[in-house]
Amino acid sequence: MSEIIKVGMADLKICVSPDAVTTLGLGSCVGIAIRDPITKVGGLAHIMLPDSTQIKNNSNVPKFADTGIVELIRQIIAKGANQSRLVAKIAGGAQMFAFQNKSDMVRIGDRNVEATKKKLAELKIPVLAQDTGDSYGRTVIFYPETGDFVIRAVGKEQRVI
Amino acid sequence: MANLDLETMSQEYYDVLKELGNIGAGNATTALAQMLQCKVDMSVPQVRLLEFQDVASLMGGEEQLMAGIYLGVDGDITGSIMFLLEKESARHLVSKLMGMTLEGEEFSEMEMSALQEVGNIITGSYLNSLSSLTGLCIYPTIPSLAVDMAGAILSVPAIEFGTLGDKILLIQTQFFDEIQLDGYFILIPDLESYGKILSSLGIM
Repeated sequence: MSEIIKVGMADLKICVSPDAVTTLGLGSCVGIAIRDPITKVGGLAHIMLPDSTQIKNNSNVPKFADTGIVELIRQIIAKGANQSRLVAKIAGGAQMFAFQNKSDMVRIGDRNVEATKKKLAELKIPVLAQDTGDSYGRTVIFYPETGDFVIRAVGKEQRVI
Repeated sequence: MANLDLETMSQEYYDVLKELGNIGAGNATTALAQMLQCKVDMSVPQVRLLEFQDVASLMGGEEQLMAGIYLGVDGDITGSIMFLLEKESARHLVSKLMGMTLEGEEFSEMEMSALQEVGNIITGSYLNSLSSLTGLCIYPTIPSLAVDMAGAILSVPAIEFGTLGDKILLIQTQFFDEIQLDGYFILIPDLESYGKILSSLGIM
């Protein structure tokens, strides 16, 4: 029986096909799905903030795009993936409210997406697809078997990227 | 003041926040009753410091549909405040306010603005009581409304708290008119403002 492993906010989990990983109700956070298409090892990180170096209290590794991605890749490789084959898909980074007062919190969704793409580019991991931005929440499920990244939103058709 | 840490907050501090929550929610309830022109009761609010994950679970899971009203505060203290209401409760309030039964699952534009008004009044009266208790000037900015999954709405205050730690300070209130409505306040003052609130009350 295959299992769908749940990833919380500021959390990351890895799995091997036929298992899958999911995170529910992504808002301004970003879900980063990475897999090795050959060994079918994959994982999902649910990051909240772009940059751990900007924050004093930064011990929670999966909370930040920079440290979360590095840790996700480390765990995927430890499970038998090859770094040179890794590919990524990303979702989330919405702006949930039309107005946000704190200047550094404005566009936090966009900034999370930018930081995620920057880190992945640095690590030479191609982003095959993304469903980001806009103003609605997303639930995502990632299947390392096929690389399908299923995206559900309230009042919208399910999408697979 | 600057090294005030949410994780090591004293019982006394909780009691103060609880009392602020109580009075604020009390005012909000009165405003709600006037608006709906009926009797609205409320329970004693619970103040809790929760892990991000547990906040959504408390509301019925990350995918539970919620209405969230979010606004900034400025003046002597800065930060933001969010009021969350379960979607069905929100529908109940809006239909009562508009004196009609809502059709369909989605809110119409008119219903959204009625809901926004409910949120304005609740958060406004909450901030008013905070302001008169502390003697601090608190100006709310224009609120913004979202109806979406709890997890997605909560990501906004979670990210703001996330710059400080891994927990959210949540004030849970239950309102009753004909049915029980669960409302949640999340106050997000910056750390300096926490200190200002406490010292204005003679705590620190």
